[in-house]
Amino acid sequence: MSTKLNNYLTILTAMGLLAVIANGCKPKNVSSATSGDGAEKAYVAPGKYDEFYNFVSGGFSGQMSVYGLPSGRLFRVIPVFSVDPEKGYGYSEESKPMLNTSHGFVPWDDLHHIALSETDGIHDGRWAFANGNNTPRIARVDLKTFRTAEIIEIPNSAGNHSSPFITENSEYVIAGTRFSVPMGSNTDVPISTYKQNFKGTVSFISVDKNNGAMSIAFQVLLPGVNFDLARAGKGKSHGWMFFSCYNSERANTLLEVNSSQKDKDFIMAVNWKKAEEYLAQGKGQKQTVAYAHNVYNEKTHSATSTIERTVTVLDPKDCPDMVYLMPCPKSPHGCDTDPTGEYIVGSGKLAAVIPVFSFTKFQKAIADKTFDGDYEGLPVLKYDAVLHGEVKKPGLGPLHTEFDANGNAYTSFFVSSEVVKWRISDLQVLDRVPTYYSVGHLCVPGGPTKKPWGKYMIAYNKITKDRYLPTGPELTQSAQLFDISGDKMKLILDFPTIGEPHYAEAIPADLISKNSTKIYKIEENENPYAAKGEKEAKVERKGNEVHVYMTSIRSHFVPDNIEGVKLGDVVYFHVTNLEQDWDVPHGFAVKGANNAELLIMPGETQTLAWKPDRTGVFPMYCTDFCSALHQEMQGYIRVSPASANVPLTFSTNKAPESAK
Amino acid sequence: MKKLILITGIATLIYACSGSSENKTSDTAAAETATATETPEEKQAADARGIGKFTNVEVGETLDAAMADAGTKVYDVKCASCHKLTDEKLVGPGWKDVTKRRTAEWIMNFSTNTDEMLEKDAEAQAMLEICMVRMPNQNLSDEDARTVYEFMRKNDGIK
Repeated sequence: MSTKLNNYLTILTAMGLLAVIANGCKPKNVSSATSGDGAEKAYVAPGKYDEFYNFVSGGFSGQMSVYGLPSGRLFRVIPVFSVDPEKGYGYSEESKPMLNTSHGFVPWDDLHHIALSETDGIHDGRWAFANGNNTPRIARVDLKTFRTAEIIEIPNSAGNHSSPFITENSEYVIAGTRFSVPMGSNTDVPISTYKQNFKGTVSFISVDKNNGAMSIAFQVLLPGVNFDLARAGKGKSHGWMFFSCYNSERANTLLEVNSSQKDKDFIMAVNWKKAEEYLAQGKGQKQTVAYAHNVYNEKTHSATSTIERTVTVLDPKDCPDMVYLMPCPKSPHGCDTDPTGEYIVGSGKLAAVIPVFSFTKFQKAIADKTFDGDYEGLPVLKYDAVLHGEVKKPGLGPLHTEFDANGNAYTSFFVSSEVVKWRISDLQVLDRVPTYYSVGHLCVPGGPTKKPWGKYMIAYNKITKDRYLPTGPELTQSAQLFDISGDKMKLILDFPTIGEPHYAEAIPADLISKNSTKIYKIEENENPYAAKGEKEAKVERKGNEVHVYMTSIRSHFVPDNIEGVKLGDVVYFHVTNLEQDWDVPHGFAVKGANNAELLIMPGETQTLAWKPDRTGVFPMYCTDFCSALHQEMQGYIRVSPASANVPLTFSTNKAPESAK
Repeated sequence: MKKLILITGIATLIYACSGSSENKTSDTAAAETATATETPEEKQAADARGIGKFTNVEVGETLDAAMADAGTKVYDVKCASCHKLTDEKLVGPGWKDVTKRRTAEWIMNFSTNTDEMLEKDAEAQAMLEICMVRMPNQNLSDEDARTVYEFMRKNDGIK
């Protein structure tokens, strides 16, 4: 490269950088500064409760976090798809099966979206569903315990992004595959045979209305495009599910360029009530697959993992009138239905307009057969025939849309880093605010339901830059809270979040707080290793396994002196917390354990496996400050050589008892 | 000057008390007013009953053996970790002769209304100063508390 060109490039780069800095540091206009009464509006006095819970996806942390609104205070990080040594999740013997998959134990995933359960299209505060993107899974979190209750793996899927979106009576949670992949008996094919061999699926997971239990009711086999996001119809459009699709080019390399060729991709509409009819008629094909189904039992305080072997697949070729495509400009991302169920908002990532589709026109176009050919055998409706209208010049890079109860929509714009409020009826832009920086998902409490609770909007940003004190190369993620009670959106708070926040939902606090579990009743503990009272504390040897049935209460363990463990043994500490009072967990840790601690809730039993690697006396102690004498809550376990004849004994404050 | 500090101190105390009683039920407030009008003897009797829903527990002259057996089971799971049946103090005091030291009402109020007792009852607070570990609220039902009391009577030799 010539020196001259090099210099020129340097100058250009410097200019570009300056522009970015100038743009980044300067507020774009006066309204971008927090409004005068912002602090007051976001302030929740010490000891007072927030008005809303905000359930926020943790992105590549794999977890779900719970914040209060409007304060932005973090209450809890719920471990879902990733191990959490702090809580022993994925480390205790009881919780390990939760992370089992057909690939074995997978300790991490990428959690993108939240779907709160609904009854009649309104939040009912029972469960929060979440997707694992990387190794396709759907999780159900119980909102009484704020714990992951169930995880189901999705077969015939890769990159479970178009998930989990929920129907208005929680009939189904859906899971659509982002990556199309080869399926069936021969999946070892050249990548270049994408167009012949790669297929996509969307899965309909039924939810038991009494206990939330999930089951894959059916999958729909589809052309090999990428499924991105989805929303259920509601009200008049209940019974339909809408999915955004991109890569209708079906490229398998450099998608950045190659899947951005066509002017329009699709919003796909699936009539799931029709699908149910076909299923009842036996139109589904049973396929042999393998997927893990993991369930946590609150009585035994243990998870079980079962590998399931069949899934029923519906092929639209055998099921007419079940799937239709609506053309949507430029690689649509968001696909959001408004509270009435009449409007479906598509957001082409590269589009300069926001197309809004009308469900009434969609139905008419189907009745009138206003088709524009087909795509891989699926009927394509004419764009103009299904369009309510376009929001003109809204901004650059529309991504996601949420709604309030007054007929307004809020759309995020990644490229122009702003949120735009517009009116659905006449598609007029009403207001716009900048975000810091590059906003992704939005959340209005109840925004995806028939009954938005409104009041606030939260923007979950993709880039933080100079927003907080710097912490080296890696920065916290950032959310911004806006007051939307007036005509103008007003920024009232910035708050940091864990992982990378994608979608989030918010729900009035009293729909959940009143049902919160405080303790597990010790009388109902059915863990086979529970010690219900110190009388039941004991140590047993089974071959080279030593089982310690241990109790904890403020502030001692029984037993707290154990001898006779031999090198080569595996020691299972089954610790039962005898407390029956709210907020009195005990912890348990032993020196040199190659895993984590246990954190045991009142009335619960949890198990830590420990394989000592040397002889000696090892301390064990309570890790969660429990009383004034917490520092006294400790014990010793002695490990002798394999050949030693030290008898296995245990005790607390008395002569050692012999183990069985 | 000293007086001023004293007054300020009292004011602070009153403020603190009124602040903390805001969350309490009006029943408790009514009970507090009621005790203020009692004679010293009545007040002593009320104090001996502790604070809680149990104001008059019917206790038989002889032991209800079935009830005492039920109490043993509750004791094993929820109480034995800290209370021995002798006079030896472990985490909490030993239970020998506890039914002679305390009224049935006080014991049952303490075991079911633990936190309020520790906050307000002078005797419970005196025990806390000795033991230094707050007695855990073990979520005993009213029936549990009564059976445990019968078990205590058995432990104290009632036949």
